[in-house]
Amino acid sequence: MLGYYVDLAIRSLKRSPGLTLLMILAVAFGVAASMTSYSVFRAVSGDPIPWKSSQLYVPQIDIWGPKGRLDQTDNNDPPDAMDYAEAVDLMRAHRAKFQSAMYRVSPSIVPPDPTMHPINVGGHAVYSEFFPMLDVPFKYGSGWSAESDAQRAAVVVISSKLNQKLFGGANSVGKTLDIDGKDYRVVGVLDNWNPKPVFYDVVNTGGFTTEQEDVFLPFQRAIDVAMPNDGNTNCSEMPKGSGFVGLQQSTCVWIAYMAELDDKAAAAAYKDYLDGYFREQKAAGGFDWPLNNRLRNLPEWLASEHVVPSDTKISLVVALGLLVVCLVNTAGLLLAKFLRRSSEISVRRALGAPRMAIYTQFLIEAGTVGLTGGLLGLLLTWVGVWGVSWVLPKEISTLAHIDVSLLVLTLLVAVVTTMLAGLYPTFRASRVQPALQLKSN
Amino acid sequence: MQIHPILAALRRHKAGTVLIALQIALTLAIVCNALFIIDQRLAHISEPSGVDEANLFVIKNLWGEQYSTQQAVERIEEDLNTLRQLPAVQDATPVDGYPMGTTNEDNFITMKPDQRAPTTDASFYTGDDHFLRTFGLKLIAGRDFRPDEIENKGLRDSIVPPVAIISKTMADKIYPNGDALGKTFYAMTPTPITIIGIVETLHRMDVSTWSAPYTGESMLTPVRMAMPIGIYYAVRAKPGQRDVAMGEARKALFAENRMRIIDPKDGILSFTEIRRRAFDSDRGMAILMGIICLVLLAITAAGIVGLTSFWVGQRRRQIGVRRALGATHRDILNYFMTENLLISLGGVLIGVLLTFGLNLWLVTRFTLNVLPLTYVLGGIVILLLLGQGAVLAPALRASRVPPIEATRPA
Repeated sequence: MLGYYVDLAIRSLKRSPGLTLLMILAVAFGVAASMTSYSVFRAVSGDPIPWKSSQLYVPQIDIWGPKGRLDQTDNNDPPDAMDYAEAVDLMRAHRAKFQSAMYRVSPSIVPPDPTMHPINVGGHAVYSEFFPMLDVPFKYGSGWSAESDAQRAAVVVISSKLNQKLFGGANSVGKTLDIDGKDYRVVGVLDNWNPKPVFYDVVNTGGFTTEQEDVFLPFQRAIDVAMPNDGNTNCSEMPKGSGFVGLQQSTCVWIAYMAELDDKAAAAAYKDYLDGYFREQKAAGGFDWPLNNRLRNLPEWLASEHVVPSDTKISLVVALGLLVVCLVNTAGLLLAKFLRRSSEISVRRALGAPRMAIYTQFLIEAGTVGLTGGLLGLLLTWVGVWGVSWVLPKEISTLAHIDVSLLVLTLLVAVVTTMLAGLYPTFRASRVQPALQLKSN
Repeated sequence: MQIHPILAALRRHKAGTVLIALQIALTLAIVCNALFIIDQRLAHISEPSGVDEANLFVIKNLWGEQYSTQQAVERIEEDLNTLRQLPAVQDATPVDGYPMGTTNEDNFITMKPDQRAPTTDASFYTGDDHFLRTFGLKLIAGRDFRPDEIENKGLRDSIVPPVAIISKTMADKIYPNGDALGKTFYAMTPTPITIIGIVETLHRMDVSTWSAPYTGESMLTPVRMAMPIGIYYAVRAKPGQRDVAMGEARKALFAENRMRIIDPKDGILSFTEIRRRAFDSDRGMAILMGIICLVLLAITAAGIVGLTSFWVGQRRRQIGVRRALGATHRDILNYFMTENLLISLGGVLIGVLLTFGLNLWLVTRFTLNVLPLTYVLGGIVILLLLGQGAVLAPALRASRVPPIEATRPA
């Protein structure tokens, strides 16, 4: 029976090709627009470390108080980064399973090959626990040890891309690298690791960036050689001292921080520790404002930092609006189409077809339109995803891609929504009174 | 034209009528808000920079190693000499940030040293006595920096400038009476800064959303930053010779000293390119919204054509009867046009509510601006015209139905 209904549907759709084409185009455009914006949204709102994101926390301590905020719109949120003193205190206290203070650096590298020009790279100064905390994959070697942190050792972990460029992809562990005029020993080469957003330091990277993360070196080593930070520096007042040391003594915030806390109890204990730290500082005469700390896990943190660009969300909403309009449009056209066949329905009903049969027949017809629209929509989605790379900024558009799940979703959305749009018209068709129709003919 | 029979007929097509009206309502809501977003973005994109955009370019020059402030000062002096001697170059100046660029420095501005809530926020430029000339800024009051006022500073040295040149927008904000010249303000500094000059326009270093309320507020202090890692050189070419100068500059700098990093791809950027990159996402958003509007209007128009055509087909007999009873072509045409107008009016009525609802949501959720009434009025006119345009073809076909149809069975 199903095959027969499909056959009927195709015949009926062929009878008014204009109207059919219109419905198919409407479904295709609506689905393609929403799927294209969804592909971008999905790319920027995904969890960068799904197996662990709820155990990673970002502490915020209100070291500035209310005067450090230009306006009070952002829920009176404390600074979203740390000053040097605070970061070092938290590292020294070592209250979490793993933790790392970090800051973005942008040093220059003189390649071992003398024919190559010096190059500028991006990276982070981190503590040794950064690597196990974020499950960073290594191709060769590993991160450095806690002793290396303490000794401020001149060691470096490089990206596979940089390894490719400088050492031709060979195992470079143990080799020496000239960074900002000083020699560093390579201890590890990362496997392909390029999380988006750059979740461990969204404050200094903005989350989405086309810049590469090529080197990771020990935090205290970078401080020792005065490797300047390449990212945001926010101050509530001018630093009193000069230079990089002046920055370290100031209350300017420029350091990102992340801690791994395995369960709720650990998180609560850590929050208590942060609050205690604040009270201690307050008692010492530092702060004259009330306690206002935050401890957010990674998903909450990414949300509070507005990492997903609002443009992406607005586009998604508007595209979904377009889909709704297309469906209302399709519903109207299906209604017209179905009711035009009142006499045909009446004949079927008079010959004994139950309402259910009418339902099935017309829903299949709607589904056929949806499927065809969906197939065309697939093509348009492909064009759309390809097109966003021309329209949207690179750091975002390069993340959008088509995969099997998007293809399946596109077809599913097309068929299901079109059948939903067909529900009312089908209902009306099933209510056609056979007697009335047969008589009037 | 009598409205009553049309309404009576519409009552027989309730569902179809409601669906068209709903479609028009939704279209109005989305199109109005999308057009408003487009307009806001275009306004943002076309914000004036105040600089000589056609002839300006910026070189991102890294030393390749860490320099002391003194070393950096010497190297910068050498590089500037090299750049200024080039035939196609007018002037050059070292900066640590430039309008619409990727680095940003801004300070709270207060009128008193102990003031709690800042008066405003300004982009904090540092530059020497070549800054105004190189960028082509227009000084409308006061004077430029004197060479002896310029201080050399290293990275994060504390800067407490005694004087500053500020943009007119900032001057008007902190001294609304237009008497800013010679007065003072504080930029998170312990001592007051005296305003010695005012330039007509100088865009902020950033184009971010948060700084929208402070657009165009900038201050320039007489400081030459000698960064340990590297420096930007802003270079102004002689009129029309920018591209020549860009090529010359790279060659000359490397000829002078090979130990430096200027990225082969993005190391030297014309200001045209800088502006294009700064507003990448705004342009993208405007284009996206534009495409969605077009598709939306096309679908809605097509929907009206489709449904009206169906109605015309359904009512051929009735049209024939009316024609037989003396109705003219014009009467029939008017009938369908009016019918559409009534449905459209109903649609836009609901649509206005939806429009403001959607806008309210966008305002609270994404801090967009409140939609001005003109957009809604414009949107209504567009949709009414669209409806009338779409219905024209089926209505004309209806008006050509011959009276003989009255005698044919349905």
